[in-house]
Amino acid sequence: MAGESYKTHEHDVLVIGAGGAGLRAAIEASASGARVGLVCKSLLGKAHTVMAEGGVAAALGNVDDRDNWRVHFSDTMRGGQYLNNWRMAELHAQQAPDRVRELEAWGAVMDRTPKGKILQRNFGGHKYPRLAHVGDRTGLEMIRTLQDHGIHQGIEVFMEFTITALLKDGGRVVGAIGYDRERGRFHVWKAGAVVLATGGIGRAFKITSNSWEYTGDGHALAYHAGAELVDMEFVQFHPTGMVWPPSVRGILVTEGVRGEGGVLRNKDGKRFMFDDIPDLYKQQTADNEEEGWRYVTGDKNALRPPELLTRDHVARCIVREIKAGRGSPHGGVFLDIAWIKEKLPNAGEHIKKKLPSMYHQFKELAGVDITQEPMEVGPTTHYVMGGVKVDGDSQMSSVPGLFAAGEVAGGLHGANRLGGNSLSDLLVFGKLAGEHAAKYAKDNSPGHADAGQIEDAMHEALAPFERADGENPYDIQHDLQDMMQDQSGIVRNENDMAKAVDGLAGLRERASRARADGHREYNPGWHTALDLKNLLTCAEAVVRSALDRRESRGAHFREDYPGKDEAHGYHNSVTSRGPDGHMSVVRRDIPQIRDELKQIIEEMG
Amino acid sequence: MGESRDVTFRVWRGDASGGALKDYTTGITTGMVVLDAVHQIQAESAPDLACRWNCKAGKCGSCSAEINGKPRLMCMTRMDEIDTSVPVTILPMQTFPLIRDLVTDVSWNYEVKKRIKKFRPRKPDNADGSWNMAQADVERVQEFRKCIECFLCQDVCHVLREHERHPEFSGPRHFIYTAQLEMHPLDTEDRLGQLKDEQNIGYCNITKCCTKVCPEHITITDNAIIPLKERVVDEFYDPMTRLFRIFKPGKK
Ligand SMILES: Cc1cc2nc3c(=O)[nH]c(=O)nc-3n(C[C@H](O)[C@H](O)[C@H](O)COP(=O)(O)OP(=O)(O)OC[C@H]3O[C@@H](n4cnc5c(N)ncnc54)[C@H](O)[C@@H]3O)c2cc1C
Ligand code: SF4
Ligand code: SF4
Ligand code: FES
Repeated sequence: MAGESYKTHEHDVLVIGAGGAGLRAAIEASASGARVGLVCKSLLGKAHTVMAEGGVAAALGNVDDRDNWRVHFSDTMRGGQYLNNWRMAELHAQQAPDRVRELEAWGAVMDRTPKGKILQRNFGGHKYPRLAHVGDRTGLEMIRTLQDHGIHQGIEVFMEFTITALLKDGGRVVGAIGYDRERGRFHVWKAGAVVLATGGIGRAFKITSNSWEYTGDGHALAYHAGAELVDMEFVQFHPTGMVWPPSVRGILVTEGVRGEGGVLRNKDGKRFMFDDIPDLYKQQTADNEEEGWRYVTGDKNALRPPELLTRDHVARCIVREIKAGRGSPHGGVFLDIAWIKEKLPNAGEHIKKKLPSMYHQFKELAGVDITQEPMEVGPTTHYVMGGVKVDGDSQMSSVPGLFAAGEVAGGLHGANRLGGNSLSDLLVFGKLAGEHAAKYAKDNSPGHADAGQIEDAMHEALAPFERADGENPYDIQHDLQDMMQDQSGIVRNENDMAKAVDGLAGLRERASRARADGHREYNPGWHTALDLKNLLTCAEAVVRSALDRRESRGAHFREDYPGKDEAHGYHNSVTSRGPDGHMSVVRRDIPQIRDELKQIIEEMG
Repeated sequence: MGESRDVTFRVWRGDASGGALKDYTTGITTGMVVLDAVHQIQAESAPDLACRWNCKAGKCGSCSAEINGKPRLMCMTRMDEIDTSVPVTILPMQTFPLIRDLVTDVSWNYEVKKRIKKFRPRKPDNADGSWNMAQADVERVQEFRKCIECFLCQDVCHVLREHERHPEFSGPRHFIYTAQLEMHPLDTEDRLGQLKDEQNIGYCNITKCCTKVCPEHITITDNAIIPLKERVVDEFYDPMTRLFRIFKPGKK
């Protein structure tokens, strides 16, 4: 490695990640005059955001004028079981409508109401139809709009680069180091402020809707730079992923299917979601099929069907049916949208119009025509509520100069995220992060990272090439995914998780011996070897936080503590790297909520 | 999970300086797509085999390749629709410079797009900065906005593939992009001059190869290219239109 060189770039703001959050941050920072660099692992426009289907939540009130930010705020808090960072939930609900309208000013074309306004659809946990959408390809519309607007903003884009470490000057983050995936050469970015927008950690689990990019890089980068993570026990298992054929297991089936009238049935044809409606939602949920149908077809006086309860609950009901032997042939349950032909004359066309990519996905990957027959679905790892702990107003982490937005940031969603609240999260907090990062860069003199940090980072990244007889990194990754799925997945308990802690220690040791074959140019084996550190850091944070929360709340379900424990309702789990280098998880009290916000929650019931 | 049967894949391995087809045999089970097979080969025997992918569901447009000579998304090509009695050939897209194995340099497309004049909306209709548009008026544009930038249409277009007119011919992807802007109900910009002189839409002789390979089933030629060609003709070659424009400025 001696004499390994690197190229240096300088920016006021460096944004790591080019999904919705990163693009929105970069646009805002550059609009305020900052010189912006934007780094991403894939090509521009391919980030995870492109896959989002159902819609973006914003209380525009276009379909039901009773909607407003207060209702959205209280829905978000209820969905998060009140562990949310309430300041973020407030800003999010207030600013989402402007952020969505702004997308239209940049060329987005959402579906319309009969009056020509942006159409909104029903989604789980949202009291009124709130999700602006384009069929079931909303994420594509959003990322393409931001991309096509962003390319005219003078942002310097680095496609197919991976950041491996943040650089510090004393206590402050002043840049990052990484390599270009094409050539495998190192680059150093010096920056006044850094925004993490790297998305989630889903690849730590076996069954997931997430792509290879979701190895928790941002979570791990922040953690190793000394930042705090929050709520890491809360991993969302989406109730409806594909289960058959095996190679597509985990691919998402949008909640939009249920929003358009799709129902869940077990093998006996029973709509089992009526069997268990949680108290918190009793007043808002229909108790008969007819009323549920009226709700999805726009009857304002009807209550929503239980299929549209929050994701954590629906996922657990599905697991219950499967475990009780009432599942579908391939270990899922049935999701049926074809049944609406009993109600609508041109149901087939209607389904294709409203859910075009679901229609194609099932037709082409599973050979199933969803206008004629039910789909088989089961839970899939989808989203991480936990992330970098940030200040609600500025999005700055506990380390000065380091900001985070989007899925990599924690707080907004508390114990469970509502569908559609992620895309709006990206827009609202992407903007705020970009704005405050630019301001921070302007207000602070440039920092300096010493050469030692850079040498160390390059050395660590190249180490797998020096272990010719090391282990295949794919095997280690698969074992980690299997272990997390079985021992820290949808249903958790003390025993399994204690085993997982030991298991992680073993995997860490194996990862330190992972090898890379071949060259540095576009080498996925090498990349996988480097991802392991991030995946392991995130997995450990999940397991340790989950062990400490001895109750069931939101997405975190413990069969040894199946009930909610009020004593746990007042704190978040905060993960950080202790002075001895070991991971520590502490309970941190949630700050007292402002009176007027408390009042909103009480009024909305 | 069904029986596993061995299938041989003949995959291009190499970089800009050269390379060769190499055979790999791996077990195929029910429902697998070509991308699954490539991943399995990576995990079993060729960890450094380079390929792009993200969504594995036909949504991101990363995994374009030429499978048995046909430009396809690897994640949407099911093994059971391919003849596996002979080796399955997987090549990178041929129209773009090779980086390594199945990965090509598509950066040219990003450069071209940047040069096309950006969206310029009319003044908002409402005080909150929003506009009113009827669903019927946005549907045409929504078809074009389904594009996932897989660049398969660029790969197959003979003007780029055989004649290598890369700098001056922007290709079907960018005609779709321009059509989407030109037909956007709110847009006020005029790109017809660009279409004629910088994108050289005239080079397209409507072979419709692009439409045939589009995984999003966008009717690239009939719905975008032909109407754009007509607009260009009207604008630059039709004396009546030119006269008319003097009295009625504005493009729509
Ligand atoms: C199938 C699916 C459907 C969904 N549907 C919806 C929906 O309908 N509504 C909704 O609100 N949410 C939905 N979600 C969730 C939502 O899409 C994501 O949470 C959101 O898009 C995340 O956006 P982001 O900007 O935080 O990150 P991403 O869009 O994932 O972008 C992350 C970026 O970071 C880059 N990156 C990561 N690590 C590094 C590194 N080390 N170096 C450099 N770059 C790096 C990546 O390359 C990428 O550019 C869905 C998710 C999935 C998977
Ligand atoms: S129709 Fe035109 S753009 Fe499409 S492939 Fe043929 S020549 Fe190329
Ligand atoms: S128009 Fe179709 S083929 Fe061309 S890039 Fe877009 S999705 Fe791909
Ligand atoms: S991996 Fe996204 S289109 Fe194939």
